[in-house]
Amino acid sequence: MEAEAAKFIGAGLASIALVGAGLGIGMIFGNYLQGALRNPAAAPGQFANLLLGFALAEATGLFGLVIALIILFVF
Amino acid sequence: MAAQTSGSGTELAATGLDETGGLHIDPMHQFEIHSLANISLGDLNADFTNSSLWMVVTVIVASLIMLLPAARLVPGRMQSIAEIAYEFVANMMRSTIGEGARPFFPFVFTLFMFILVANMLGMIPYSFTVTSHLSVTLGLALAVFILATVVGFVKHGFGYLKLFVPSGVPVVLLPLLTVIEVISYFTRPISLSVRLFANMLAGHTMLKVFGGFVVGLGVLAGWLPLAAMVGITGLEFLVSFLQAYVFAVLTCIYLNDAINLHH
Repeated sequence: MEAEAAKFIGAGLASIALVGAGLGIGMIFGNYLQGALRNPAAAPGQFANLLLGFALAEATGLFGLVIALIILFVF
Repeated sequence: MAAQTSGSGTELAATGLDETGGLHIDPMHQFEIHSLANISLGDLNADFTNSSLWMVVTVIVASLIMLLPAARLVPGRMQSIAEIAYEFVANMMRSTIGEGARPFFPFVFTLFMFILVANMLGMIPYSFTVTSHLSVTLGLALAVFILATVVGFVKHGFGYLKLFVPSGVPVVLLPLLTVIEVISYFTRPISLSVRLFANMLAGHTMLKVFGGFVVGLGVLAGWLPLAAMVGITGLEFLVSFLQAYVFAVLTCIYLNDAINLHH
């Protein structure tokens, strides 16, 4: 296999990390909505934690994307 | 890492056409740094680049938001923005750090406003996103990391090392957990900087790629990605704010570890 082709395949594989980010974000918002519907009074107090969890979950997936970009543009 | 396009590719990307005359859009072109004025300190290259220019613009805009509105008892629109920003960061610091937060408010507030305004200015078409470069975000993250470490050692002396030894765990697990705690402590600046940089880089690349779809599909089907673009642009504004917020919150959490040693 050519090195160039292997590079593209590797970058594609690294992007699979975003599956985890999607799962994480879905779980966070889903569970927040579930909790908010059960106890709407407590929901606004947890909004900051919701945003924090969203950003942290999204970032872990983006680390994979960074690896894909490094494979494509650095090597 | 963004400036890896070949010489001819860069020139052609500027015209929007590739070798075969078809449409060609380089999503990485927007992250290229070029020098505006040559400055060298000895052997050191200290050029004034487009990144530096947008940093200056960021500082000016952030200062104007905070300083320009005249202080009135009944605030106008601009003064409300300044007050909301102040209250937002002050409340965040009170809830995460508590009493010892006051001396660090100027630092966290400056950090928050710089990142927020830099991200928002980056959303202007054809502008430059300062925070989409790892060198910038790593500089900010290292400032946070060094400040937290110095504050921890000044406040607690060598007792700060207790941060690495979790309490209430079996003695057998203690060496392993200590090693993990030390590693997690030293990866803090990396995760802090890469999170911001990767979010901005990925978001702006995505906008550019979808923009290419709109142009490529033309009048006939271009409105479909255009509708998606409107939504994604909104999402990017949310991400711009959220990343500034997360950076500030994590700064507070790290400072909290240093000020109120809980372990």
